[in-house]
Amino acid sequence: MTKPKHESIDALDEGIWNLRLYVAGQTPRSIRAFDNLRKICEEHLAGRYSLEVIDLTVNPQLAKGDQILALPTLVRKLPPPLRKIIGDLSNTERVLVGLDLRPGK
Amino acid sequence: MARMRKAERSPSLSPTLPKCPTGIKGLDEITGGGLPQGRPTLVCGSAGCGKTVLGMEFLVRGATEYNEAGVFIAFEETEAELIKNFSSLGFDLPTLIAGKKLAIDHVFVERNDIEETGEYDLEGLFIRLAMAVDGVKAKRVVLDTIESLFAGFTNEGILRAELRRLFKWLKDKGVTAVITAERGGETFTRHGLEEYVADCVVMMDHRVLDHISTRRLRIVKYRGSAHGADEYPFLIYPSGISLLPITSLGLNHTAPTDRISTGIDRLDTMFSGKGYYRGSTVLVSGSAGTGKTSVAAHFVDSACGRSERVVYLAFEESPSQIIRNMKSIGIDLEKWVKNGFLKFHAIRPTLYGLESHLTGIHRVIEDFQPTCVVMDPVSNLVSVGNITEVKGMLMRLIDFLKTNEITCLCTDLTHGGTPMEQTDVGISSLMDTWILLRSTESDGERNRTLCIAKSRGMDHSAQIREFRLTDQGAELIDVYVGPGGVLTGSARAAREASERLDEVARSQETERKQRELKRKRALFQAQLAAMQAQFEAEEETLQISIDQGLTREKSLSKDQLRMAKIRKADAT
Repeated sequence: MTKPKHESIDALDEGIWNLRLYVAGQTPRSIRAFDNLRKICEEHLAGRYSLEVIDLTVNPQLAKGDQILALPTLVRKLPPPLRKIIGDLSNTERVLVGLDLRPGK
Repeated sequence: MARMRKAERSPSLSPTLPKCPTGIKGLDEITGGGLPQGRPTLVCGSAGCGKTVLGMEFLVRGATEYNEAGVFIAFEETEAELIKNFSSLGFDLPTLIAGKKLAIDHVFVERNDIEETGEYDLEGLFIRLAMAVDGVKAKRVVLDTIESLFAGFTNEGILRAELRRLFKWLKDKGVTAVITAERGGETFTRHGLEEYVADCVVMMDHRVLDHISTRRLRIVKYRGSAHGADEYPFLIYPSGISLLPITSLGLNHTAPTDRISTGIDRLDTMFSGKGYYRGSTVLVSGSAGTGKTSVAAHFVDSACGRSERVVYLAFEESPSQIIRNMKSIGIDLEKWVKNGFLKFHAIRPTLYGLESHLTGIHRVIEDFQPTCVVMDPVSNLVSVGNITEVKGMLMRLIDFLKTNEITCLCTDLTHGGTPMEQTDVGISSLMDTWILLRSTESDGERNRTLCIAKSRGMDHSAQIREFRLTDQGAELIDVYVGPGGVLTGSARAAREASERLDEVARSQETERKQRELKRKRALFQAQLAAMQAQFEAEEETLQISIDQGLTREKSLSKDQLRMAKIRKADAT
């Protein structure tokens, strides 16, 4: 969330980030996860990401494709490799590590 | 312990507890009808003991025999892998899937750490499960192996809460579920799943004793139902799992009453002139070189001669060796092979395990459709399994043969030193007819004898016969039974010769005596005639002298009368 981080992302990747968030219904947890994600993306990936939210209560058949078990799950489709992060994304630090937006500890 | 006691106390409830038949051979018998319906059952065991097979068979039987669709949630194998693995067991999963009788969902749990960034639940799993269950209207669910989840999620608190919710969800859905789990060190399962699934626990085991692997299954607990408490050996069979509660094998095959020849005339005679019952099992036991294979070959020859089809399972000799050896006693098996009446299935017992043997034998029998089967020798199978297992396998095989009215002749090699009446495999109780071949040694030679130890349901000879192998086949000869004991072979021949000699001597003696009598009679008659002649001569002489005497007396009294007259006597 500080300047050097911005540089590190720029250095990491130039392309568009493709993110997919799986949720089950409009539960408080789903909404919280979505809000947390949007905040992080706006801060670190402004203008370079596309976000798709999939509600499995509406499209249950989509759970199989990305092997979704836990909800909510955030999947980073692009850039490769595929990354998965579960939970309501309230721990920003871990989300950044999980998305490779910050070098792991 | 408390739970265990409860399980033992409650058999009286069993009639009211609805059960879901598994269709697995033997399992329904020991559970008294199947798994608890609408409840989850825990199947635990170490790797490779057949948990997945049990689960899949439960679904496949449900779909094909009880018209209940099933869902298989695979945590360890993909759908394609499962289809491939089970096709080797003869389960046609793609057809069942296409017919909406079965759904397989592969749930992949990533082992590499997934970042956990706050609260979550396993709703995704529930959604997938619900979709699969509703998609085929499943009544049966298998989760194999749900413990994989423990590898993928680090927050055990959430996981345990979700598992509890999952089992409740399964119960609410009313599906009969099988949950498999790895066996733990001290607990039934590695992660203590028995805490959630407490209705029925099945333990499977795969252990190696004396280099022989044995699979066993035990019902650890079954709430609300009586159940068999022992460890039951089982085999994975061409058509799935076959459990062996020895007492509960179906004994409901029909018993044919027609008879078939043994191929040896005198032996038929011993079986009240008609031979074996069709569909019966015949055991020919004896030590090495007593002619077991020859008895079998005669049986094969006569069956093929009646245009019946025969499968010869050779566990010891190669087909060409058997054919060659049997030619030496005048039996040509080769022509039956060429005519297609006889099929050899020769396999080394040690080549693979008992299960594979059973599979192989089943396939051959189903393909060839024989009316008679020869197993030569069954005792060789002991080299691949322990006696209980071999007995179990044979029992299942015999059950299969009897159901199909196939006559089965088994040879069994008994070892010298053991009592002849004891077979190595201990299978005599499975057999309807038991022929004992013995080799007796006396006076520096060995001779074969044959007797019928038992033959259920028919009159049979109780006598021992001498069994000889000649160029024209086997023949049975009455043994010598007399004051000299029971003799066979050259001793019998010698005894018979000496008896013949005795007989000749006796008859000569008689003739001699008869001649002597004749002579004596002639002599006597001659003497009699001489004496008669002498007597007659003497009689004649005497008579003459008597006559003379009488005449003299007469004339004397006449003279006296005359003299008295002369003297004028007044008294006579």
